[in-house]
Amino acid sequence: MMFRKLGLAAVAAATLAGSVAATAPVAAQEQFVPLLVYRTGPYAPNGIPLADGFNDYMQLVNLRDGGIDGMKYAWEECETQYNNDRGVECYERLKGKGATGASIVNPYSTGITYALIERATNDKVPVLSMGYGRADASDGTVFPYVFTMPITYWAGADVMVQYAKKESGGSLEGKKIALVYHDSAYGKEPIATLERLSKEEGFQFSSYPVAHPGLEQKATWLQIGRQLRPDWVFMWGWGVMNSTAIKEAASVGFPMEKFIGIWWSGAEADVTPAGDSAKGYKSLNITGVGTEAPIFRDIEKMHADGKGLADKANIGTVLYNRALVNAFYYTEAIRVAQGEFGTKPLTGEQIQWGFERLDVTQEMIDNAGMTGLLSPVKITCADHEGGGSAVVQQWDGSKWSAITDFIAPRRDALRPAYEESAAQYAKEKGLTPRSCN
Amino acid sequence: MNPTTLRFGIWMLATPLLIATIGLGFQGLAAVNSAMFFTWGYFVEVLIAGLLQGVLYSLVALGFVLIFKASGVFNFAQGSMVLFAALTLVGFIEMGLHWTLAFVVTAGVMVLLAMVIEKVVLRPLVNQPHIILFMATIGIFYFLDGFGQTLWGSDVKLLDIGIPKDPRFILEGIFEGGILVNSFDLVAALVGAALVAVLALFFQYTRVGRALRAVADDHQAALSVGIPLKTIWVIVWSVAGIVALVAGIMWGSKAGVQFSLALIAFKALPVLILGGFTSIPGAIVGGLIIGAGEQVAEVFVGPLVGGAIQDWFAYMLALVFLLFRPQGLFGERIIERI
Repeated sequence: MMFRKLGLAAVAAATLAGSVAATAPVAAQEQFVPLLVYRTGPYAPNGIPLADGFNDYMQLVNLRDGGIDGMKYAWEECETQYNNDRGVECYERLKGKGATGASIVNPYSTGITYALIERATNDKVPVLSMGYGRADASDGTVFPYVFTMPITYWAGADVMVQYAKKESGGSLEGKKIALVYHDSAYGKEPIATLERLSKEEGFQFSSYPVAHPGLEQKATWLQIGRQLRPDWVFMWGWGVMNSTAIKEAASVGFPMEKFIGIWWSGAEADVTPAGDSAKGYKSLNITGVGTEAPIFRDIEKMHADGKGLADKANIGTVLYNRALVNAFYYTEAIRVAQGEFGTKPLTGEQIQWGFERLDVTQEMIDNAGMTGLLSPVKITCADHEGGGSAVVQQWDGSKWSAITDFIAPRRDALRPAYEESAAQYAKEKGLTPRSCN
Repeated sequence: MNPTTLRFGIWMLATPLLIATIGLGFQGLAAVNSAMFFTWGYFVEVLIAGLLQGVLYSLVALGFVLIFKASGVFNFAQGSMVLFAALTLVGFIEMGLHWTLAFVVTAGVMVLLAMVIEKVVLRPLVNQPHIILFMATIGIFYFLDGFGQTLWGSDVKLLDIGIPKDPRFILEGIFEGGILVNSFDLVAALVGAALVAVLALFFQYTRVGRALRAVADDHQAALSVGIPLKTIWVIVWSVAGIVALVAGIMWGSKAGVQFSLALIAFKALPVLILGGFTSIPGAIVGGLIIGAGEQVAEVFVGPLVGGAIQDWFAYMLALVFLLFRPQGLFGERIIERI
């Protein structure tokens, strides 16, 4: 009985402590950012380094710089477990917090992004879906509160084709390209672009859906490796689907050098479980790899002082770096907005104004100590993608290394596709696109 | 002749005929539909891959069968036991233990876990309706899921105990280009088959096995004839834990040790529906049918209907069997007087 009472007391104490931590007051002069994270659940191996990167960057801004021109960050995590319903619940719970409500929301899930677009637009909260979500949301006339920089899935598909073409001696005529994709809105994003490119470049395109979570792909890889025998395989995978695909590809003898994943199929957690099978596997990345950039010296110092918030093992990993770049984007957008509205907690509407005037130059990147971590972008009222690029990286069995410079997608063909799709969305929703002239 | 043996005999004769008929059907379809690809070598290759995959499903299904046989309870926590066992094994390996020693220590942990579950969860619920015990196993699922990750972390962990993974070609003289078989799948199938054989013997020929069956029939009646219910439950949960450990090793070696392993339990459901919840041979035959059926369906039917059909196809196949044999292929027919 004594044991039971002690147990109940411990549970009560832990619950109380948890609720106190979760409702810590935000000071009136702080810029509040809700963090939708997934530190538990099937995608936790990807979610943890992402969440760590956000925490470390905002902590660094607060400690090293005293905030954004003196305006410190306040933030709170909410666990989504990568579930759409939980993501919406987290957004609703946190959007009213802080002096001016949520500054921005980073859903880190294409499904949650889809679920939040209308809500956040109505609430005037910018959604930064960096390298995920709807590609057509790059059209700022229809999606004023959604930002897709530095690059969309459609643009990623174009970069992959460009790379495969170069590696195939400058032509894909008569080649076979297979797409293995997560059978979800996310996985289907590149299909239309690849179908268009197959006609333009003359390659044969085949697609293979994989049901969530993607633990079983034997049948898929028997079709690819033993029947189709393609020249290249592209992958739009997520979580356990990635490592399973790499293993199954190896089991049918498909060469890893011809296997390229999108940037969500190219983290350490995607290749480590596949062991030696993953050597040579390639993926796109929208951010740089490693800890060479000068900002990492500041992060290391912060951790040496015992003030870092991330697990040290995650520093410099692909997804940690991606979160650093993500936080850098909105920090700079807030800085731009402060120039117009003053150094005070800003509303989402004011930060959206800052985003639409965000011009991340190479000089700005260097000054922030982030050289090599990202490519320049320039956002405008109409263009919410900003002209970013992607690199191809390769796994050598222990680390990722970039094997190309940043490759720019051919946006002359992509932009009309964004606009056409966005116009269709506007028609379905009864929206009148705003003028950006 | 024993009815089970008779059923096995009929299946042994009927199965090759059924497979050949299905193959001929696909060959005919391919002749009229150029989008469909068919050669007999490819068909056999897909079939073998499916059968080997099916053994891995059977490994997970076995854990369910063991507990259902002994307590009449569907153990919702079996998937999280697979994850917990695999996480614990990798944790000990990362501490520097050789994998064989880590296996023994982890087996000990699973026995300890069985004792704790019996004392904390099952004992207070003796003679409660089965639905109450089922609900308790849902609680165990969530506890183990969180506890395992709290203890060992949420990172994806590599599990490599030296099982070869190279692709190899067989029957090159019969089929052009040979039949591709993965070494890992062969080893997994052998381990699964050995485990099933040991368990079948254990249940059939040992006193403990007979006692387990008596407990499954009626808790109170078993207690009245002196069968120690607590001990039986500890034994059966321990064996299910060790089966979970073996399943965790096989699936963990395939996909890495991570949360998604707990979801493997859902693959065992159609196997159980098909094979019967109380039959160990049923679990293995069910696994083979589901494994082969879903692979063949995905490869030959999938492209005609958009693909990614193997998950729901497994359940559909199980439901079709359910229409004709509600107790599963090898399950016990339940007759109750009103």
